[in-house]
Amino acid sequence: MSDTTFFVIETIVKSLIIVAVFSALAGFGTYFERKVMAFMQRRYGPMLVGPQGVLQVLADGIKLFTKEDIVPANSVPLIFKIAPVITASTAFIAMAAVPFFPSFEIMGHTVSPIVADINIGILFVLGAMAVGLYGPLLGGMASNNKWSILGAARTVVQFLSFEVITGLSLLAPIMMIGSLSLIDINNYQTEGGVAGWLIWTQPVAFFLFMIAAFAETNRTPFDLLEHEAEVVAGFATEYSGMRWGMFFIGEYANLFTVAFLVSLVFLGGFNDLGFIPGALAILLKVAFFFFVFLWVRSTWPHIRPDQLMWLCWKVLMPIAIINLLITGIVILA
Amino acid sequence: MAHPYFGVFFLVVFTAIAFIATTTLSAFVGKKLAARETEKLKLSIYECGPETSLQPNKISAQFYLYALLFILFDVEIIFMFPWAVDFKILGMFGFIEMVTFIFLLAVGFVYAWKKGALEWHSMK
Repeated sequence: MSDTTFFVIETIVKSLIIVAVFSALAGFGTYFERKVMAFMQRRYGPMLVGPQGVLQVLADGIKLFTKEDIVPANSVPLIFKIAPVITASTAFIAMAAVPFFPSFEIMGHTVSPIVADINIGILFVLGAMAVGLYGPLLGGMASNNKWSILGAARTVVQFLSFEVITGLSLLAPIMMIGSLSLIDINNYQTEGGVAGWLIWTQPVAFFLFMIAAFAETNRTPFDLLEHEAEVVAGFATEYSGMRWGMFFIGEYANLFTVAFLVSLVFLGGFNDLGFIPGALAILLKVAFFFFVFLWVRSTWPHIRPDQLMWLCWKVLMPIAIINLLITGIVILA
Repeated sequence: MAHPYFGVFFLVVFTAIAFIATTTLSAFVGKKLAARETEKLKLSIYECGPETSLQPNKISAQFYLYALLFILFDVEIIFMFPWAVDFKILGMFGFIEMVTFIFLLAVGFVYAWKKGALEWHSMK
C-alpha cells in the first residue's frame, strides 16, 4: 500500500472515529451531568431507564429523533434548518487540529491521533470554534421570535468579547514556546513531570483561559444565551427535536475540545505522568475538567449580561495584557 | 500528496453531509409518526399564543458597539500571534515595537471606557 493511500485511509478513519466517539460522548455527557448535579443536590437523578438510569441517553435520543419537526410560521426555512448543522459541524471541525493521544505504531506505520497535523494548530482550533457562532446567530435571526433574536444578540456579544480574552491569554504561553502547534506545546512540557507544566509558569493565563472557556462553551455562570428566566431558551426557543439536538451535540463537543485544549496547553498534555501512561493521563485530565464544568454549574448562580461585559472588558482584558507584558519582560530579562 | 489540510477538508464535507442527513431523516421520521392535525396556532411562535406576524428584528444598539470593539481588539490579537511565535527571535526590538502598539490600542480602549461604551445601556 502506498503512503498516500495509507494517509488518505488513515485520515478518513480518524475523522470517522472522532465524529462517532464525540457524538456518543455528548450523549453520555448529558447523563453524567445530570447524575453529578443530582448527587450535589442530594437527589438520585435519572434512575428508571436501565441500571442506574444509564439507558436514559438512549431514551432521550429516540425521543429527540422521532419528535415532529416544527419550522415556525414566518421563519426563514433554509437558514433555520442550516443553523444547527453549522454549530455541530464546526465543533467537530475544530477537533481536527487537536492531538488527542501520543502517537503509536500500527502495521509498521506511526499513527499520530490528530486528523490534520497543521502548524497553526491552536489558531485553527480557536478559529473553527469561533465560526460556530454563526449557528446561534443565524438560527436566532431566522426564527422570527423576539426571544430568539435577543438570545442571538447575547450569543454574539458574549462569544466575541471572550474571544479577545481567549486569544490574549494564550499569547503568553505561545511566547514562551514559540510555536502554535499543539504537539510542540505538548512536547515543551515533557521535561520535569508535574513541575514542567505550564500552569506553574503561567497561572494567570490558565485562570483567564478557564474563565473564557466557560463563556465560550456557554456553561453556567455565563450561560446567558439560553437563560430560562430571562429569554426562555434564547436562540433555541423555536427549535425542537433533532435540530435542537444538533445545537446540543455541538455544545458538548466544544466542551470536550476545550477540556483537551486546557489539558494540552497548561497541564502537560499527553506526557507520561509518573507511572501513568500519557494516553491515560490526558483522559484523566479531560475527565477532571469535565467534572469541573459540572461542579461550577451546580455551585455558581447566573450573572447578568452587564456584569459579564464588565468582567470581560474591564477586569479580564487589562489583566491579560499586563500578563502578556510581564511574560515578555521576564523572557527578555 | 499528503496535504496537511486534507483531514480538515474531509471533516467539513463529512460532518455537513452527516448532520444534514440526520436532521432530514429525523424530520421525515417525525412527520411519519406525528399526529398531523393542522392547527392555526401549532406553527406559531413561542409567545402567549398570538397569531404570528412578521416582526422587525430590532436589537439594542449596544450590541453593535461591542461588535465594533471586538473588531478593534481581535484584529489586534491576530496581529500579535505571529509576533508571539517569533518573540525570542525578535528580542528587545520586537518587544518595544509591540509595547508601542499595545499602548496605542490602550489609548483607544481608555477612550471607549471613558465614553461609556463599556457600560450596559448607558443613559449618558
